[in-house]
Amino acid sequence: MEYEAVIGLEVHVQIKTRSKMFAPVGYRFGEPPNTLTDPVVWALPGVLPVLNRDAIRKTIKVGLMLGCEIPEITKWDRKNYFYPDSPKNYQLSQYDQPLCVGGGVEIELTGANASEMGEHRVVKLTRIHLEEDVGKLTHFANDSLVDYNRAGTPLMEIVSEPDMHSGDEVFAYLNSLKNTISFAGISDCDMEKGQMRCDVNISVRPKGSDELGVKIEMKNMNSPSNARECVEYEIRRQIDCLKRGAPLVQETRRWDANLRVTQTMRTKEDAHDYRYFPDPDLMPVKISREYLESVRAELPEVPFDRQRRYMSEFGLPYSATSVMCHDPEICEYFERAVAAYPKNPKAIANLIVNDLRRELIAARQAGEDPETGASGEFSGAGSADSGRGLGLFDSKVSPEDIAGLAEIIDGGEISKQIGKEVFAEMFATGKPPADIISEKGLRQNSDSSELESFCMEAIKGNQKAVDQFKAGNEKAINALIGPVMKASKGKANPAMVLEIMKKLIK
Amino acid sequence: MELYYKTISELEELLDSGEISAVELAKAFIDRKNAVDGKVGAFLSSDEGGLLAAAAESDARRARGQKRGALEGIPVGLKDVLAVRGQKLTCASKILENYVSPYTASSLEKLESRGGLFWGRLNMDEFAMGSSCENSAFKLTRNPWDLSRIPGGSSGGAAAAVAAGECAASLGSDTGGSIRQPASLCGVVGMKPTYGLVSRYGLAAFASSLDQIGPFARCVRDAAILLEAVAGHDPRDSTSVKTDIPDYAANLSLEAFKGKKIGLPKEYFSAGIDPEVRGIVEKAVSDCRALGAEVEEISLPHTDLAIPVYYIIATAEASSNLARYDGVRYTRRSPSTTDVIDMYFKSRAEGFGEEVKRRIILGSYVLSSGYYDAYYLRAQKVRTLIRRDFEDAFGRVDVIMTPTSPTTAFKIGEKTSDPLAMYLSDICTINVNLAGLPGISVPCGFSSEGLPVGLQMIGKAFDEQNLLSFAASYEAARGFDSREPNL
Repeated sequence: MEYEAVIGLEVHVQIKTRSKMFAPVGYRFGEPPNTLTDPVVWALPGVLPVLNRDAIRKTIKVGLMLGCEIPEITKWDRKNYFYPDSPKNYQLSQYDQPLCVGGGVEIELTGANASEMGEHRVVKLTRIHLEEDVGKLTHFANDSLVDYNRAGTPLMEIVSEPDMHSGDEVFAYLNSLKNTISFAGISDCDMEKGQMRCDVNISVRPKGSDELGVKIEMKNMNSPSNARECVEYEIRRQIDCLKRGAPLVQETRRWDANLRVTQTMRTKEDAHDYRYFPDPDLMPVKISREYLESVRAELPEVPFDRQRRYMSEFGLPYSATSVMCHDPEICEYFERAVAAYPKNPKAIANLIVNDLRRELIAARQAGEDPETGASGEFSGAGSADSGRGLGLFDSKVSPEDIAGLAEIIDGGEISKQIGKEVFAEMFATGKPPADIISEKGLRQNSDSSELESFCMEAIKGNQKAVDQFKAGNEKAINALIGPVMKASKGKANPAMVLEIMKKLIK
Repeated sequence: MELYYKTISELEELLDSGEISAVELAKAFIDRKNAVDGKVGAFLSSDEGGLLAAAAESDARRARGQKRGALEGIPVGLKDVLAVRGQKLTCASKILENYVSPYTASSLEKLESRGGLFWGRLNMDEFAMGSSCENSAFKLTRNPWDLSRIPGGSSGGAAAAVAAGECAASLGSDTGGSIRQPASLCGVVGMKPTYGLVSRYGLAAFASSLDQIGPFARCVRDAAILLEAVAGHDPRDSTSVKTDIPDYAANLSLEAFKGKKIGLPKEYFSAGIDPEVRGIVEKAVSDCRALGAEVEEISLPHTDLAIPVYYIIATAEASSNLARYDGVRYTRRSPSTTDVIDMYFKSRAEGFGEEVKRRIILGSYVLSSGYYDAYYLRAQKVRTLIRRDFEDAFGRVDVIMTPTSPTTAFKIGEKTSDPLAMYLSDICTINVNLAGLPGISVPCGFSSEGLPVGLQMIGKAFDEQNLLSFAASYEAARGFDSREPNL
């Protein structure tokens, strides 16, 4: 019998805000334990929560980007359970009236290769709600310590429908969410820093069946590729169990990234009764339609939409857009450069993606442990994080100078080859391209008599190539052009050389 | 009359004229407390040095012409449920016996901004759960009018301290009657404002949707001065309402009853009310009628559901509010525990008293999966009906009058073994909390045993000004009562 997996995700995303969800104190990763706290975070007697409006706005923003409905009334509920990482021993969350309902996440599966777009589909969402994060426990041999720095940080929980079927889809889903949310500046979505966390619900069933199998929850995956591996493992494990006739039980399992297996964490018998009820300290919130329109007005373009636009409007190749459109900084840099020189967006994109970005990655790697450095390779929808946050605007090269370089090349003043040299100088010194060209005398040689003499020299030196060209081998002419470029120190105008060469041979 | 029995207005006059200083006044209250609190037991802790220092600063301000407000130099006691920076906050519970608050409640900040001086922490039922003050983990408070009797609760210490002249006024909290009932039993004025009028920031929560902070005072005008000081929107409490706070004391009218209608809900004058109490309250109502009001019998048909609804909603909220007292951070941790679950169990088992445990268990039960709809949700629906009863009534009448407590103060130990009998002490006050309305208890006479009786007046939401005027009009008509507890 053939089996299929049905997968739904609960993704928690920390929202970047100046203060916590219900308290005025702020949050930053990596501060000394219990320094980012106040009476509200400690849940001292008498404190009360106050809503963080910015967190609400940002969650609605994500909801609108993902096509969710935003109900007019939303409220907060207490989720009651005892655990030392939760100072109040209840978590303020949203039970039955979340901020966002429905919607979907567009995903792109990995294409055949880096220059081919993969298949796109939309994974349906159930809801997005807003809650507060808990603190962090560290366990020792005889006791445990708790750090409440993270406690109370705004957290949105994005719940998908059971609408995925493979590890690849889970991988693509996580990357798409990450791109969309980080593009909007709402979170950096760094899974290793816990800014984005996912719980994956997996069940398997005979292919074609309408019923869902036993739902098993996975925790503790700290990267999209981890999640993919975990899902693939768990699907195999569950199918294997069914084939052997072993029973599957509803449980929570933990992904062990070292052993690369999932292990039982707790079974249904340990399930909590959270005794949800509406929080009496917070009033329900009414989301007015005017407010919603004001949020809508500031929505950034969704990355996949931008990618499609860059391809159709600017004629950019898929491979370049798949790098650019997951990084708001590159997009902004690119659009500023195009504004300065709108005639050749493709050349500009090329300079940014292949020259500037490569230099920045190389510079970063040089200053980093090579083991952990970003690879700088890009591969379609996949590794959007490699090379993210390179600091294009902090480099010495301005978008206007990149545009200027493209324009100079297009005008025939220098060749593409010389362009590389000019760019390297721009990157090192920050000088405008025109200054570099005149200082270094790099202007293209378009003196036809001088070029003609170079060409004649070349023809004399390689009769064999001349014969081959005459015999119909067009490519043979390259062997003649090479020495001309060398004689002109690379400055010969390639188009003119080609023309003169052809005329002379005939 | 002794200084410690004077009203705030009288004391302010003496202070303003220079006849007494704030330090002298503070000393008078300290002496009085030292003289009688051994018998009354209202105070859990007091800081005499702190009060004298604050009084000296107050004198200096007054001398510089920088009087802060109507409470300049007046010592005010606090129920031990309000946070004061650097002071213990125990809620009369063992679980918090060593907890010191690092911040101050909004209500005390506001009181101090009017010149009020913090004077001691007053006994209460543990976590404000009780009607007799007998649930305090630390001590018994006695009714100043009869030391063999309870002062009422939960704010028993706050009521007794004012009645015994140990402070000029005090702040308590009222979740189901915890200000009005002890005020009635101790013969002082006690008021629960409309839900949302006074910030709850710094009030250790019992039942968040019912809790309100309010004043105990010697007269209605004093209560008005205190209320005006503590009322008003606070950005730290999302349930506090943005509304203009009038100068209640300055705007008091003593002719408030002219042409107004008093509603007497028949459900509050039937079985369960002590006949003598009923007689005294009915006499008070007829005194009000004599001031120009019409009296109409009305019905609040859902009255008898108050106790069950209250004990579902209040305990549900309490079960969650009290979850933070777990032995992990600042509460008392049981000394010998094996693991985290054991630590929770032992710390809470040792730290909480019987009544608190009873309510936590009840509250957890009504919120449990499978019971939520039948209990919590249904109770919320009935709460809406109770609120509508009052809305309908206030379509016809301007103020509702009832006894504050069905009986006078009962004997210590009389009801401790019967929680249900104890719960019935609040049958006249609970509905007012469920409806979120303002209520005030005004002394209206004494029983044949010499025990005080209180008249409860219930007003429209956020209509504290008229409610205070009704109370002040009655108080003025009744005239000055020279009786003092014999201590």
